[in-house]
Amino acid sequence: MDQFINLTLNGLTNGAVYAALALSLIIIYQATRVVNFAQPALALIAVYIAYTVSQHTGSYWLGFAAALVSGLVMGALTERILIRPVHGRSPLSAIIVTLGLLLVLQGIAGMVWSSEPHSFPYPLDYRGRFSAADVFAVASVGAAALLVFALYRFTPLGLRMRAAAFHPEAARMSGVRVGLMLTAGWAVASVIGALAGMLATPPFLFPHALDAVFVYGITAAVVGGLDNPFGAIFGGLLIGLGLSYVSGYAGPELTTLAALAILVVVLSIRPAGLFTRPTARKV
Amino acid sequence: MASSLRHRDPAAADARRRGNGGASPARRWRALPALVRHLLAAAAAFAAVMLVTSVTGPMTDLRIGSVGYYLLAVAGLQLLIGFSGQISLGHGAFMFIGAYTMALLVLHQPMLPLWLNMLITIAVSCVAGVLVGAATARLHGPYLAGATLTLAVGLPGIATRFPELFGGGNGLSFSTRGAPPALAGIVSDSQWQAGAVWLTTLLALVVLATVSAGRLGRRMRAIRDDEAAAALSGIPVGRTKVIAFVISAGCGGLAGASQAYLLGTATPSSFTVTLSLSLLAALVLGGFGSLWGAFWGALTLVYFDVWGSDLAHGLDLGTDVANNLPVVLYGAVLILIMLIWPQGVHGAVRGLGALLRRR
Repeated sequence: MDQFINLTLNGLTNGAVYAALALSLIIIYQATRVVNFAQPALALIAVYIAYTVSQHTGSYWLGFAAALVSGLVMGALTERILIRPVHGRSPLSAIIVTLGLLLVLQGIAGMVWSSEPHSFPYPLDYRGRFSAADVFAVASVGAAALLVFALYRFTPLGLRMRAAAFHPEAARMSGVRVGLMLTAGWAVASVIGALAGMLATPPFLFPHALDAVFVYGITAAVVGGLDNPFGAIFGGLLIGLGLSYVSGYAGPELTTLAALAILVVVLSIRPAGLFTRPTARKV
Repeated sequence: MASSLRHRDPAAADARRRGNGGASPARRWRALPALVRHLLAAAAAFAAVMLVTSVTGPMTDLRIGSVGYYLLAVAGLQLLIGFSGQISLGHGAFMFIGAYTMALLVLHQPMLPLWLNMLITIAVSCVAGVLVGAATARLHGPYLAGATLTLAVGLPGIATRFPELFGGGNGLSFSTRGAPPALAGIVSDSQWQAGAVWLTTLLALVVLATVSAGRLGRRMRAIRDDEAAAALSGIPVGRTKVIAFVISAGCGGLAGASQAYLLGTATPSSFTVTLSLSLLAALVLGGFGSLWGAFWGALTLVYFDVWGSDLAHGLDLGTDVANNLPVVLYGAVLILIMLIWPQGVHGAVRGLGALLRRR
C-alpha cells in the first residue's frame, strides 16, 4: 500500500511534466496543424541557457526566467523562419522541417555545451515523499495550464488566436492578423515546453536529456487527442501514472513498452484520441 | 543500371523512339516484362558492386555494404511513405528485430546457411509488421507518426529487460564465415560480405520495384492521393495499407539482419530514435516516390558521416564540435531541402536529365 501511494504521487509529478509537453504540442497543432518534433530541442536549448545564466549569476530563478524568455523567442522565430515557408504544403514537409531542427539544435547543444552531462539543480528540496520540488512541478504546470485556458477563454488576444487557428479566412476578413497569431501560438507553446524542460531535466543536463520525456509527452498528446487541451492534461496524467505503476511493479526497462501498450490500446478503441469530438466522416 | 533509370521516364523513351525510329533498344527493353527488366537491372547493379569492391579495401567494402542495407531500409520506407502515404517514424524498430533475429540464429543455430537466416528474418519481421500494421491501420498522419515513434523508442528496451537472451546493453556479438574456401584468394572476406548484403538488397529491390509497378502499387498510390476516392472505387483500403506496412517491415528487418551480418553485432544502442529519423531524413533527401530516391538517400546517409568527420579532422576542430558536426549538417540540409528543393536529389537528377535532353 505504501509503495502504491509512492508510485501514485511519483506518477502524478511525472505526469504533470508530460501534460505540459503535451499541452505545448497541442497548442501548436491547433494553430498550425504541425506536430512540433523540435519541441524537446527548443526546450533543451532553453534549459542550457538557464544553466549558463545560473552559472554566471548564481541564481536558479534568474536562470528559470531566462529559460522561459528564450523559449518564447525561439518558438516565435521557429514559426516565422522555418514553418511559415512550408505552410499549406503536405503535413510531411512540416514534420521533416521540425525533425531537421531537432537534429540541428541537439547537435549545437553538444557543440556549445559539450556532450558530457552537467549536474543541474532541482528548483526546491527534492528529498522525501512528495517533496517541495514535486509540489512545485505539479503547481507550476497547473498554473501554466490555467493561464493558457484563461488566455484563450477570456482575453481578446486569445479570441483572435482561436479565430486564426480555426477559421483563418473568416478571421482575416474580420481584421485579425492571422500570421501574427500563429507566431504567438508557437511562442506560448514553447514557453510551456521550456517550463517542462526545466522540471524534467534534473539531476543531469545532457543533449539527449529530454528525449524520453518528449516521447511520453507526444504519447500523452496522441492519447488525449491532438485537438483538445483537456485531453493533453488527462493524457499526461494517465501516461504518468501508468508508467509509474509499470516501472514500480514490473521493472523500469518496460516503461517505454508500457507507453506503447497504452497508446495502442487507446488508439484501437478511439483512433483519434480519447477527447476528440466526433466529426463528419468523409466517406 | 543507367538504362533502368531511363526506362522509368516515359518522356525519355518517347524521345528516343522518335530519334531512332521504330525498333530501338530502348523500345525492346520496354517490351520485356517488368520482372525480367528488374532482374536484369539488378544483375547489372550486382556486377557493378562486385567490380568496385574488387579494387577497394576492407574499409571501403564495409561502407559499400552499409550503403546496401541502408538502401534496403530506405526503399522499404519509400514503399510505405512515398507510395502508400503512411508516415512511419519507427522503422528502426524493424531493423532491431531483424538484427536480433540474425544474431540469435547465428549464435544458436550456427549450421544454418546465410540465405535461410535471411528468409527466417523476413518471416519474423513480416509477422511483426502484421501486428504493428493491423494495430495502426486506422491511424492517420500525426497519430501514426506518434505511435510508430513510441515503437522505435520502446522496442530496444526488450534487449535490456531480458539480458540472458539478448545480451543486455552490450548486445550480442558473433562471427560469421567469410568467403567460402573455394573462392579464397579470388574474393576477400570483406568483398564477400558486401556482395552478400548487396545481393540481398537487390533481390528485395526487384520485389519492391515489381510490386510498385503492378496493381498493388497502383492501389497504394491511389490511397495516398485520396483515401476516400480509393475506397469508393473498390480498393480495400485497410488491407492494402497493412500489406504496404508488412512489405516495408520485411525490408526493414532484412536491412537490420544485413547490418548485423556485416558488423557481427546487434546492440540496442544502434537502434535509437535517431536511426529511425535518419532513415526518414534519407528518404526526404533522396526524394519521394521513386526507388532511386532511396539510393541517393542511403548514399548520403553513409557518406555524410564520413565526410563530416573528415571535415572536422581537417579543420582541426575540438571533439565536441567534430562529434556533432555530421548531425548538424544533416539537419541543416534536411531543412534547406524542404524549404528550397522539396523534390530531393531524385527530383534534381530528373530535372537535370530533362534539361540535357532539351539541348
